[in-house]
Amino acid sequence: MTIAVLALQGAFIEHEQMLQKLGVHTIELRQASDLQKDFDGIILPGGESTVQGKLLHDLNMFEPLKEKIQSGMPVLATCAGMILLASDIAEQDETYFETIPMTVKRNAYGRQLGSFHTNAEASGIGEIPMTFIRAPYVESVHTDTSGNTPEILSIVEDRIVGVKYKNQMAFAFHPELDQDTQIHEAFLGMIR
Amino acid sequence: MSTNNERYELNKNLAQMLKGGVIMDVTTPEQAKIAEAAGACAVMALERIPADIRAAGGVSRMSDPKMIKGIQEAVSIPVMAKCRIGHFAEAQVLQAIEIDYIDESEVLSPADDVYHINKREFGVPFVCGAKDLGEALRRINEGASMIRTKGEPGTGDIVQAVRHMRKMNSEISKLVSMREDELFEAAKQLQVPYDLVLYVHENGKLPVVNFAAGGVATPADAALMMQLGAEGVFVGSGIFKSGNPAKRAAAIVQAVTNYTDAKLIAELSSDLGEAMVGINEQEIELLMAERGK
Repeated sequence: MTIAVLALQGAFIEHEQMLQKLGVHTIELRQASDLQKDFDGIILPGGESTVQGKLLHDLNMFEPLKEKIQSGMPVLATCAGMILLASDIAEQDETYFETIPMTVKRNAYGRQLGSFHTNAEASGIGEIPMTFIRAPYVESVHTDTSGNTPEILSIVEDRIVGVKYKNQMAFAFHPELDQDTQIHEAFLGMIR
Repeated sequence: MSTNNERYELNKNLAQMLKGGVIMDVTTPEQAKIAEAAGACAVMALERIPADIRAAGGVSRMSDPKMIKGIQEAVSIPVMAKCRIGHFAEAQVLQAIEIDYIDESEVLSPADDVYHINKREFGVPFVCGAKDLGEALRRINEGASMIRTKGEPGTGDIVQAVRHMRKMNSEISKLVSMREDELFEAAKQLQVPYDLVLYVHENGKLPVVNFAAGGVATPADAALMMQLGAEGVFVGSGIFKSGNPAKRAAAIVQAVTNYTDAKLIAELSSDLGEAMVGINEQEIELLMAERGK
């Protein structure tokens, strides 16, 4: 199995290290030609969504990557990655892949002084450590045209911070920053 | 984990999110928007960019909080600001306006010629400049959660940033290859705590993110620093002192992502307009990198 990690900007190495710990082969997606390689799943890491979104377009990676996601390739998205997948972004016109019907709010907990660490439940996994860095949360999930609604995986202080929709899992926090590998294992479970 | 330790971890984590990105100096909300649209992962809000500080001379201080707030309102990416070395009251002011990162910076006139700020007392994160490993570990011991090279600001000359990065790398390799019983003496020589020396020995890297700063003016400069091991790049005067800031900024952002792709960097370097003029190291009278050690 090979997992491709979007490596345009942000904390992509942390995801690679997590997967290597689990014995999984990784490749980096830095330009359009990397999308020609063989891989079985995609990780969209944390970082700045504005930077990653712009580079996806500048490097002609946006459309081919969106096609892969739409055609059902499993995706794990964290923080900025979650923003890239959202169909709607509060207080912002620009959106990216729009492959999960939900509205996310960026920097929803305020500036860096609002960043925090906690332990909370993730559905089907149990209690796990969660690190939120200038994090977003999901304001609301929507029902798509075929009647499907994203499944809510985790709620922290009344805010949705984890969802699953078809082939995609998205979290507002950073499982790659803690030692717990269960989110990554759950993602790999979607592929195996 | 104590609250202080947890906050420090969160602050190191924010620097991890900035990796592979470009942090740009801006002086107005308009420039901040141009930088954000060009792909900056954060902006450094300051009243004058280093080239102008150097030209103006005199004492250079923290920027007007109102000006910084204007930039915070203009963009959604993290906003950093500079305080003088040792000026913990300026740092308190920046924390009060909820800045995302404080740069305790040699670009401004030092407020204390002996002591740096005790950064452990703050909730907001600090980035500090370092010319070598000892300086980096001393700043980390004081509570810095991110390090950058101390390349000569406002010159457009990359030579010093290169020197600092190479020195850091060679000192790290040296620690890695030492026997454990030699580390105590190394800690003494570097004037830093043993625990930090042990961390570098075991991990082959600093315990925090390390960016390049000072003198970056072109996409190739950025690629050079990334290939030398920088985890991201600060660009100060290089962007808004050039002919076409938006285009140059976007080109540097792409060069940082694909820093080993020379063909792409060739394209990115074409038709960028005039680069900042620049001053050679030998022509400058004030070496800002010598401020704070």
